[in-house]
Amino acid sequence: MITVYVPRDTTACAVGADAVAAAIEAEAGARNIEINLIRNGSRGLFWLETLVEVSTAQGRMAYGPVTASDVPQLFDAGFHEGRASDLFLGPTEQISYLKNQQRVNFARAGVIDPLSLEDYQAQGGYAGLTRALVLTPQAMVDEVKTSGLRGRGGAAFPTGIKWQTVLDTPAEQKYIVCNADEGDSGTFADRLLMEADPFQLIEGMTIAGLAVGATRGYIYLRSEYPRAHTVLNAALATANDAGYLGEDVAGSGKAFELEVRLGAGAYICGEETALLDSLEGKRGLVRPKPPLPAVAGLFGQPTVINNVLTLATISSIFEKGADHYKNFGTGRSVGTLAVQLAGNIKQGGVVELAFGATLRSLLEEFGGGTLSDRPIKAVQVGGPLGAYLPETQWGLPLDYEAFAAAKAMLGHGGVVVFDDSVDMLEQARFAMEFCAVESCGKCTPCRIGSTRGVEVIDKIRAGEQRDDSLALLESLCETMALGSLCAMGGLTPSPVRSAIAHFPEAFGG
Amino acid sequence: MTAAVERATIDDILDRLKHLPGGLLPILHEIQGAVGYVPRESVPDIAAGLNLSRAEVHGVISFYHDFQTEPSGRSRIQLCRAEACQAVGARALERHITAQLGIGLGETTADGAVSLESVYCLGNCACGPSVRIGDEIHARVTPARFDELRGHLQAEQS
Repeated sequence: MITVYVPRDTTACAVGADAVAAAIEAEAGARNIEINLIRNGSRGLFWLETLVEVSTAQGRMAYGPVTASDVPQLFDAGFHEGRASDLFLGPTEQISYLKNQQRVNFARAGVIDPLSLEDYQAQGGYAGLTRALVLTPQAMVDEVKTSGLRGRGGAAFPTGIKWQTVLDTPAEQKYIVCNADEGDSGTFADRLLMEADPFQLIEGMTIAGLAVGATRGYIYLRSEYPRAHTVLNAALATANDAGYLGEDVAGSGKAFELEVRLGAGAYICGEETALLDSLEGKRGLVRPKPPLPAVAGLFGQPTVINNVLTLATISSIFEKGADHYKNFGTGRSVGTLAVQLAGNIKQGGVVELAFGATLRSLLEEFGGGTLSDRPIKAVQVGGPLGAYLPETQWGLPLDYEAFAAAKAMLGHGGVVVFDDSVDMLEQARFAMEFCAVESCGKCTPCRIGSTRGVEVIDKIRAGEQRDDSLALLESLCETMALGSLCAMGGLTPSPVRSAIAHFPEAFGG
Repeated sequence: MTAAVERATIDDILDRLKHLPGGLLPILHEIQGAVGYVPRESVPDIAAGLNLSRAEVHGVISFYHDFQTEPSGRSRIQLCRAEACQAVGARALERHITAQLGIGLGETTADGAVSLESVYCLGNCACGPSVRIGDEIHARVTPARFDELRGHLQAEQS
């Protein structure tokens, strides 16, 4: 029997993977060829989607990008026997984009059937939980501290320290919350992980629960990810049936219940305290800190709240050991970073590398330049609150501290590329407009400042009192940066200021 | 759905979910899924079921972009307006779509066929511009591709 893989992830399906899968089944049926069609997750090489793979004695062979109308010719050329044709890319693992990565979080992505617990276990899955079960809670937290793991949501806070606080705070009920509200434009690594390898997240959250003494967990998933929702719910049902969740986790006598909750289209709910309010059934308003969520989080109880990739990484730290994990990376940026190449880029996708590679190498070697074949003008790193970087800054290494020193932010690793047709004033205006739409409204600098920001930028565009307006805009940015309650208002000035500093000609300078 | 059926549906959802901790969002999602929107008349019942004030329930409904208090069009089209899609032509696509449909973002066509909404990121940022129709996300949506998708919609609805 021939095994054929067709991805089921959002991007693959958005370019027609379902039609490709249907065409392959129909064509195989018409030719009396028996195939076993598996809907794997994606490898994250999105520019090659739909990336079809066939198992052969020499390993898996890749074909892409395949459309439904290519399928008859693929069969004519003998793709089901792994033979070469126009769309033949060779052995999947040898595709340089994939081969040159250091995959830890995404090692299984696209390799396995995301809903097969057997596949997951065969590739090291649940080995971490087995190891964790013989450790004391303190030893588990120590393992996370030793690994040097820092939160992947953007703030890069040391995960082990957060967990220690929750462990040390006595309470009847504690919670593990996964922040799966991946709202930054240009980011999709959390989505890919949830759609391609959901058990990795579930295992990581279970370990977190055992480590700090939490018996309930929630995955707060944005409603813009309907496919991830389906996959997560199916994976949770499987993990419950297999005894990896519930009253008695893997025969340990310890309980951990896990549930997915959907957001409702509010960017601010990616901010952890707004997320907690939303999970409590309220408007997603930002809470002042302290108290930290680790002390008084969900329903006022001690709560570990971590990003999807942070919690997923826990599984591999426990599988392979903290010492193995900390071998990756540079300085205090330990481990790997999932960079997401997006926007106007020829070869967009997920590139997981140890910290330290330069932005330029990502853009050129992996990204292959712009999709439009025009020169790159600006790159926004770290989502809508990240700085726009001109060419002089592309030598920056991907490292939290190096980016902070350059008044930029690595954030969740999103890299959005713009060619030379971009209007940087329009981008600065959009940053303020987006903040006005998505501000929770609790603090004045963010709520009012963003609206005033749009107005002042419109004046600059119209050439009205240009110098005074620019000075006013800078003063407004300072007020927002220093006076806002959270990063939404506090960092909205970052794209605005970087656009003015690096592309003054767009502002009439 | 008649008013009586609507009310029974909402009562049933409340009975099933009102004991969930922090259950207001799941309840509103279920009501919107079943009825198509969250009727204003249901706010007192939801509030009573959860022991909240009507103001609190109204506050939550109006805070989140997903929840609507009016019936939307038979198809909901969401256009991604965020940066990664802007970089590959989302602004031009927005002009095309609003001109073709004759409505702005947040509006419904007069025949009730289509509602157009903005969305900030569908997680398809390597292959934009992205558009969501129902639960399907479409990649690399050029103006021509949008016209094709709209043609499929019209064929389905007629």
